[in-house]
Amino acid sequence: MPILEMDRAGRVFGSREARVVALDDVSLRVEHGEFLAIMGPSGSGKSTLLHLAGGLDRPTSGRVLLNGRDLASLSAAELTLALRRQVGFVFQGLNLLPTLTAAENVALPLELDGVRPRAAMSSATGLLESVGLRSVANRFPGRLSGGERQRVAIARAVVGGRAVLLADEPTGALDSISGEAVMNLLRQRCAAGCAVVLVTHDMRHAAWADRVVFLRDGRVADEAAPPGGPECLLQPGRVS
Amino acid sequence: MSVRQSLLVLLDAGPMHGYGLKTEFEAATGDVWPLNVGQVYTTLARLERDGLVSTETDTDGQKVYAVTEAGRDEVRRWFETPVAREVAPRQELAIKLVFAMRSPSADVADVVQRQRVATMRSLQEVTRLKADAEADGDLAWLLMLDALVFQAEAEARWLDMCEARLARELGERRERGTPPPRADTPAPQPIAERSS
Repeated sequence: MPILEMDRAGRVFGSREARVVALDDVSLRVEHGEFLAIMGPSGSGKSTLLHLAGGLDRPTSGRVLLNGRDLASLSAAELTLALRRQVGFVFQGLNLLPTLTAAENVALPLELDGVRPRAAMSSATGLLESVGLRSVANRFPGRLSGGERQRVAIARAVVGGRAVLLADEPTGALDSISGEAVMNLLRQRCAAGCAVVLVTHDMRHAAWADRVVFLRDGRVADEAAPPGGPECLLQPGRVS
Repeated sequence: MSVRQSLLVLLDAGPMHGYGLKTEFEAATGDVWPLNVGQVYTTLARLERDGLVSTETDTDGQKVYAVTEAGRDEVRRWFETPVAREVAPRQELAIKLVFAMRSPSADVADVVQRQRVATMRSLQEVTRLKADAEADGDLAWLLMLDALVFQAEAEARWLDMCEARLARELGERRERGTPPPRADTPAPQPIAERSS
């Protein structure tokens, strides 16, 4: 069973003359350990897709299933719990808590899940090291650069045993080598069984994915998977 | 460069003389790729040998070239096949897009998208090699692979730009009610009209 599935999902904003079809009849399956990248020009529905996948928004048609459960069938409390336990978000503008150090920020979700503080801090420090931030682990967010803050936020999103990571342009403010460190980190999470959905404009980063879906005008226009990947991913096809 | 296929595209609009093909080709590509006449005639001779063009002699004793059905198939195949990164010079892609705009057998947006998928695949391959190289600590190989990645990325960004330009152009033409985009140069006239 795929960990994340969109079944003919659509999202329409407004009505009548102001009606905008942001996403139109999109079907996608993301398996455990799979890294999927979504590309497409501005306004093609990338962010809408990610919001639906993460339960931050509801489709106006079709279904979104997390681990086989239709998100629409969950109560608000169930949805919140399911998302917090299973989904990590790496969105721009997700702020760090200013009164906690970088490492404490990353450790926080683990502690909320009941991990002991010392073990949580140790995991957090290890993660920060993997994104090249070992030396600033004890600094407060106010003393970090924009790129460093972004990487701390990424480390916080991927910490713990999340089943799905949803990332919207997570490498925006990063230089090439830091961006690559982030991609490496996402790749490692996949190797550990986590599914990753990455929305990006940047082909260099999308190339880290097992499969790349191209959106155009709210529809899936094309897919690319590298030769040598699983056979089922090899057929670039039109999904309509 | 794909002079062969480009000449076939030009002939698809009507039979032409060899010299006319040279000037049409140069006009279509903004004089960026000058052709010498010898190259045009050598190419035409090979196309004729391969059954992709046929010839007739006009009243002035000049050879007039026309595309055959096999030649049209060759054009279609060209537009349907992405340019391989490793073997062909990059200019072939620019030429292909220029001629796709004037060929009825090509949908330019499809040509761009097909190329994008091909570029994405080779980027994915190189990125896998990079991950291995990183694990092995092979710095020299890693730098080489970085170069390939950024070249492919440059091509991808150029394709995005092409697509955006085409979309804008198509939108404007739709508003004006004029036919879909073609190259800025006028389409070649059939020989019969020229000689009159």
